[in-house]
Amino acid sequence: MSHSAYGTLARQYPGRLFIVEGIDGSGKSTQLTLLAEWLRGLGYPVVFSEWNSSPVVKATTSRGKRRKLLTPLTFSLIHATDFSDRVEREIVPSLKAGAIVLADRYVYTAFARDVVRGLDPGWVRSLYRFAPVPSRAFYFRVPLEVALRRILSARPKLKWYEAGMDLGLHSSAAESYRIFQSRILVEYEKLVGEYGLAVMDATKAVEIQQSAMRAAIRPHLTSLRKEAKSLEHV
Amino acid sequence: MSTFEPHGVPIPGIEPETLSGWLVVIEGTDGVGRTSHIDRLRTRLERLGYAVAETGLSRSDLASRGIRRAKQGNTLGSNAFNLFYATDFADRLERQIIPALRAGFVMLTDRYTYSLIARAIVRGADPEWIKTVYAVAPKPDAVYYLRIEVSDLVPRVLSQGGFDYWESGMDLPMGEDLYESFIEYQGRVIRELDQLAGEYDFEVLDATRPVDSLADDLALRVSRMLEARARSTEGPVLAP
Repeated sequence: MSHSAYGTLARQYPGRLFIVEGIDGSGKSTQLTLLAEWLRGLGYPVVFSEWNSSPVVKATTSRGKRRKLLTPLTFSLIHATDFSDRVEREIVPSLKAGAIVLADRYVYTAFARDVVRGLDPGWVRSLYRFAPVPSRAFYFRVPLEVALRRILSARPKLKWYEAGMDLGLHSSAAESYRIFQSRILVEYEKLVGEYGLAVMDATKAVEIQQSAMRAAIRPHLTSLRKEAKSLEHV
Repeated sequence: MSTFEPHGVPIPGIEPETLSGWLVVIEGTDGVGRTSHIDRLRTRLERLGYAVAETGLSRSDLASRGIRRAKQGNTLGSNAFNLFYATDFADRLERQIIPALRAGFVMLTDRYTYSLIARAIVRGADPEWIKTVYAVAPKPDAVYYLRIEVSDLVPRVLSQGGFDYWESGMDLPMGEDLYESFIEYQGRVIRELDQLAGEYDFEVLDATRPVDSLADDLALRVSRMLEARARSTEGPVLAP
């Protein structure tokens, strides 16, 4: 089964797409925010896109989660619906307009989670055939214990699906979360080779990671248009 | 490119061999008379002693509200709409269809993945992609396709209250007004269903025949199919 299916229905656009992936507590969102600041400072138009944020689909996802209606299959499909809506209404139009789109989590989150939930890896990849392939994708590699410490110390109440409780891994949410995250890590590691994700050492200092990220992105910025200066400067 | 056998992708937690019921699908475009034929068929099958359950499109607990809201504002992109329908279908599949099949029911399904695939293709979806999305659906025991031409469909729709916005594909739109769009849209849906009929081995029935004779024909075909595909025939039922 070929995994190249993902992206085959997407076109090339003038903008750039940079995405970050990693388990909760890997520090990827912090790095993406810092990257956005830098890019804006350089004068590029920047658009943020977050996982699971389509306004129309969100109500259904929330309801499904709150009432525990979601199975691995419907969990997968509702997230693909949400993502598809964001691709059509946010990501692709911004890329067409020549913007830099920064996505906090991308298709790889689904590839990892849905497969851990027992879905066929090839099928999940095919679901996302419409997704544009990023100019650069960063994977924040972090030891499980480090990520768990960051998350469990800050956020005591784990949500049902977040902890993978739907899989019946353990009766304790914290323990279930630990097992679930460890399985997701295994899937992420497979994706690194399969899709050539750039691996970041997420145990390094924030500013060191950030400068590595900027260095990796800089070559992708050549010939990219900056924002028009405001009228008074013209 | 990754390709799948139609109906070939496993669903976590569902073992196909535990499904002892029958999945019977009635396909056909909007206004062809599926609902009344399903009503009659249900009565006939219950008289024969079969336990019958029914389901149709967009009736899921999870997603039907969200879909209704999205339609009202016409606010979702076409791919997202296709996947929303797939979510809705999957929810019904796992909550209604699979449990009924596990319990040995005849599951009468008012349209299945095929109508969803046809509608998606007409709205511009890549045919291989949308078929792959629905490859998780179990293969029905039989699909009965109530086939009609658009020209025969128009008088029926008029007598049933006129042209519906969505059934006329006005979200695309395909013509200057509801009538023109209806003709074009339904024509395309029928062409796609015809295509799928060959690909997935539908039994095709001429829906322009008199209702009673069509109902008889359908009931006969279904009851023969149920006998031919009878489950668990070994051993006495009543303890001696």
